[in-house]
This record gives sequence, structure tokens and C-alpha cells, in this order.
Amino acid sequence: MGGIFHAAILFLVAAGLQVIFGVQKIFNLACGSFYALGAYVGISAVQAFIGAGGPPGLFLLPLALAGLLVGLVGVVVERGLLRFVYDRDETFQLLLTFALVLMLEDAIRMTWGTAPQSTAGLYLVYGQVRLLGATVPTYNLVVIGASLAIAAGIGWFLTRTAFGRIVRATAENREMAEALGVNMASVYARVFTLGTALGTLGGALVIPATAAMSEMGIELIVEAFAVVVIGGLGSMRGAFVGALVVGVLRAVAISVYPELEMLLIYLIVIGVLVLRPRGIFGEVAV
Amino acid sequence: MTGRLVLGAVTAGVLVLPLVAPTYQLTLMLPFMAYAVILLGLNLLFGYTGLVSFGHALFIGIGAYTGAVLTTHTRVRSLEVILLTAAVAAAAVAAPVGALCVRYVKIYFGMLTLAFGMVFYTFLLKFYGITGGDEGMRVLRPWLLGQDLGEMPKVAYLVGPYYYYSAAVLALATFGMWRIVRSPFGLCLRTIRDNPVKAESLGIGVVRYRWYAFTISAVYAAVGGALLGPPTGNVDPTLAYWTHSGNIVFMTLLGGFAHFFGPVLGAFVFIYLQDTVMSVVPYWRLVFGAILAFLVICAPGGLMGLFTRRRHPTPGAARA
Repeated sequence: MGGIFHAAILFLVAAGLQVIFGVQKIFNLACGSFYALGAYVGISAVQAFIGAGGPPGLFLLPLALAGLLVGLVGVVVERGLLRFVYDRDETFQLLLTFALVLMLEDAIRMTWGTAPQSTAGLYLVYGQVRLLGATVPTYNLVVIGASLAIAAGIGWFLTRTAFGRIVRATAENREMAEALGVNMASVYARVFTLGTALGTLGGALVIPATAAMSEMGIELIVEAFAVVVIGGLGSMRGAFVGALVVGVLRAVAISVYPELEMLLIYLIVIGVLVLRPRGIFGEVAV
Repeated sequence: MTGRLVLGAVTAGVLVLPLVAPTYQLTLMLPFMAYAVILLGLNLLFGYTGLVSFGHALFIGIGAYTGAVLTTHTRVRSLEVILLTAAVAAAAVAAPVGALCVRYVKIYFGMLTLAFGMVFYTFLLKFYGITGGDEGMRVLRPWLLGQDLGEMPKVAYLVGPYYYYSAAVLALATFGMWRIVRSPFGLCLRTIRDNPVKAESLGIGVVRYRWYAFTISAVYAAVGGALLGPPTGNVDPTLAYWTHSGNIVFMTLLGGFAHFFGPVLGAFVFIYLQDTVMSVVPYWRLVFGAILAFLVICAPGGLMGLFTRRRHPTPGAARA
């Protein structure tokens, strides 16, 4: 069950990665750092909320709100940095997101210090339930539900809304979409912000269950990366299935043979890349 | 001609530096020389073949841990044997890993190398009994050219014999790489970078040549990695972490991947700038991230690009 919880969080971050990669063809190494940023801002928001006398039971509200609002950092990053390298080689795009990783990590250290931060006690505020013979914190179920809802929401957004169609058209063929009058700058800015917001929300939601550490971002990116490789680059279904695979495998490995936990995941990543580089649902050929 | 003059001046400078420079500056030269060796190799992939590895720290780790394992678990102390073993170990790992990786280019190559790097990192971290886990392993002071210098004070050892030894290794590595990139093989690599389809039609075994380049650059990384260990006396898994791979790509870009000596300059500037920034504020990553972002957006040719006016090809400019 802890595996599914982890998978739900991973899905959010990986979905952010996928949206950006699918449309802009940028592999955003900084998505883990956005996740960390969301976590820290989420903690601060909750602490402020509790400090202001808010009922602990409603902490989810400021948490989720903070997570979504930090996503607006995406606009700044996209307009301020990324838009200069769209016509460049992808190496430079990758390096620019690596620059973001470096900057954000220290920005977090400067703002919140190096000591781990946590929202002590709130994790179990919703109590626990017994499910299939195991005791599960209700909060986990809330996050899993939220993640499923978001997955459904993204699916609806991409297939049913006008902007979703534009996004898919852009992902398919940028030149053609542009020729048909799509404002690329606006699409890119919105897509990048959406991707960022998914990451920061993931960070905010994970926080009641764990402590925020400045390294959490660079550790998560490689897991999110494993998710998208297994599921297929640029595919939403891929992010969903990949997150489940990684989340569950991790949980199983931890209980059976902890040393193998991450090793197993990377070995699967390599296996997938070698045998089927486009992943389970990927449509992009090498 | 000016190139030779500069090279001669730099060589002379490196040789007389221990006589004039303060000890602290000299200890900074040690990681610089190790990274310079690593980057010479990385640039064979990055600048000359157009492949960006985000897992090269794997081979740095192999080199560094070779030194640690040999000195602590066996009686081997000779640095020559360590460097040679590191090179062989790296080649042995790089041959199969590279064979898989070079079948892909661009983002897939980057991801695959990153995944292999993380496999090794996880191994170093989790198999505590063999590798010492996150505490790492000690590297005992190696003998140089058969001389056991164990009686020497540590600093005197490092800025004296070890300094010259590293400089000699770097000189050899530079000479070797210079011959490689000037050879028909190096020319093939550049052809592959600029246009793999054309290269293939010219009869160049594109995948095979990429594989050679990958293996050679892995050997360089391991030799450089083995040089990194003794000055600190300790190696730990962060040497193999993916951000370390990112950092060395950064150094290459900083100096300028389009120039043979660009990465060496990049390593030099990176080490000294990092030291300077860290002495002022603890947040060197923030400063370096900003520098990297600036480089990527405004000066992709790196520092060398500022000196030379030629139009430079981009890495991986060739679209498969």
C-alpha cells in the first residue's frame, strides 16, 4: 500500500515530465527540484495555516493550494530562460535544466536551511483504516484518490478540451500547428507551467508522510526518470503504468531484499531501454 | 604557432609552479589535473562524436574505487598498477555498456548512460560490506614509480612527487588524445558527429566507431578518477552520482567543447572558481547554476569560444 502511495506521487511528477517532454521535447531534469520546492513551500504554508489557528483537519487545503501556486514558477522559468534555447540543440536544453537543478537546490537551502523539515503529527490527523488486513493511513488514500482524479482530469483535458487538442497537435507537429495559427509561445508557457505545477503539487502532497530535505529533488528525478522510461517518453498512460511499476516494485523490494531496491529499478530501466527504447506506451521512435 | 607558444608557456608554468605558488594553490591543482584527464576523454564523446553522456561519473567511480580497493584490500600500492588496473576495469565495463548505449543517440543515449551510472552508484551505496556504503573507502597513499613515500609529510608528498606525477599523467593523456583526434579515427568521429548518414554511406562503421570512442573516454575517466582519490585519501559514492556527471559536462561546456583544450581550461576555471565562490558564500551551486544558464543561453562556445572566432558545430548537431 505504501508502494501505491509512492506511485501516486511519482505519477504526478512523471506526468509533469511527460507533458513537457511530449510537447516541447525537453527532458526537464529540474522536475525533481520543482518537486522539492513544492514540498518546502507546502510545509511553510501548512505551518502558517496551523499557526494562524486553522483546524488541523483542513491542512490539506493550504497544502494543495501552495503546491499548485508554486507551479507558477514554471512561467518564470519558461519565459525567463527556456524560451531562448528552443531552436538550439537538445544538449543545451538538457544543460539548462541542469543549471536549474543547481540553482534551485541552493535556493532551497538559502530559504529553509539545511535541516530536514516536516509537518510533524499531521500525517495521521485523518486517522487510519484497515484495508485488506493492513492498517493504512487515510491520508495515503486521499493522495491516491487525488492522483487518480488528476490522471482522469489530464485525460479529459487532452482529449476533450480545445486547448488539449492544440497541445496534442503541437506535440504531433510543431510546424504544422504553427502554420495553422497556434501561438507557440503561449502554448509552451502554459504547458511548461502545467508540468511544473504537477511536480510541485506532488512535492506538497508527499510532505505530510515524510520530511523535506534539500536533496529530495535530485533523488526523485532519477526515479521519475525511471518511470517515464519504463512507461514510454511523452505518454501519459506510460507515466501512470510506469509509476505503478516503480512504486510497487520498490515496496516489494524493500520488504524482501532492501539492498536491491533501487538497483532493481535501474536494471529494469536498462532492460526497457535496450529491448524497447520507446517504453511500454511510447510512440516516439528513437 | 601561437597555440604552441601558449602550450609551452602553460607547460613551463605547471612545472615551475611548485617552486613559487603557495601550497594551497598547489593542492587545488591536483583535482584540476585529474579532472582535466577525465574531460579530455569526455570531450572525445561530447565535442568530437556528438554524444552527451550523463553517466560518465560511473567511470570516474570505477577509477577511484579501483585505487581504494587495491590499496586497502590488497598489497598493491604502486600507482602505475592502480592506473593500469583502473583503465582495464573501465574498458571491461565500458565495452558491454557502451555497446548497448551507442546504439542510441541524443536523449536516449543520455538516459541510458544515466541509468547505468545510477546502477553503479546504487551498488556503491547499498553494498556496504564491499564498498563501505555512504562512508566510502580509504585510499592509502600509493607508491610513485616504485618509491614508497610513506615517510614524507602528507602535504609535501602531495605538492611534490604527487603533483609532478599527476602532471606527467595529464601530459601523457593530452598527448595521447591529441594523436587520437588528429588520426583518421578522430576524423571519422567528427564526420559521424556532423552527419552520421553520410558517414555510414562513406563506409564508416558508425556504431562501431562510437563504441570505440565511448570505451576510450571511459578509460580516460577512470584514470582521472584514480588520480582523484589519493589527495583526499577517501572515495565515496557521490563520485558516481548523476549530478557529478552533470558537473563534468558543465566543465566541458564552460571551457568550450569545440576546442581540444577547452575542457582542460574548463576544469581549471571550474575548480578555482568553485574554491573562490565557496570561500565567499556556501551556495556555490546557485552561482554555478546561474553561470551555466548564462553560458547555455549566451555563450555556448564556452571560454574558448570567446578567443576563437570560428563558427563552431554544435554537439550532436547531426540529426539521425
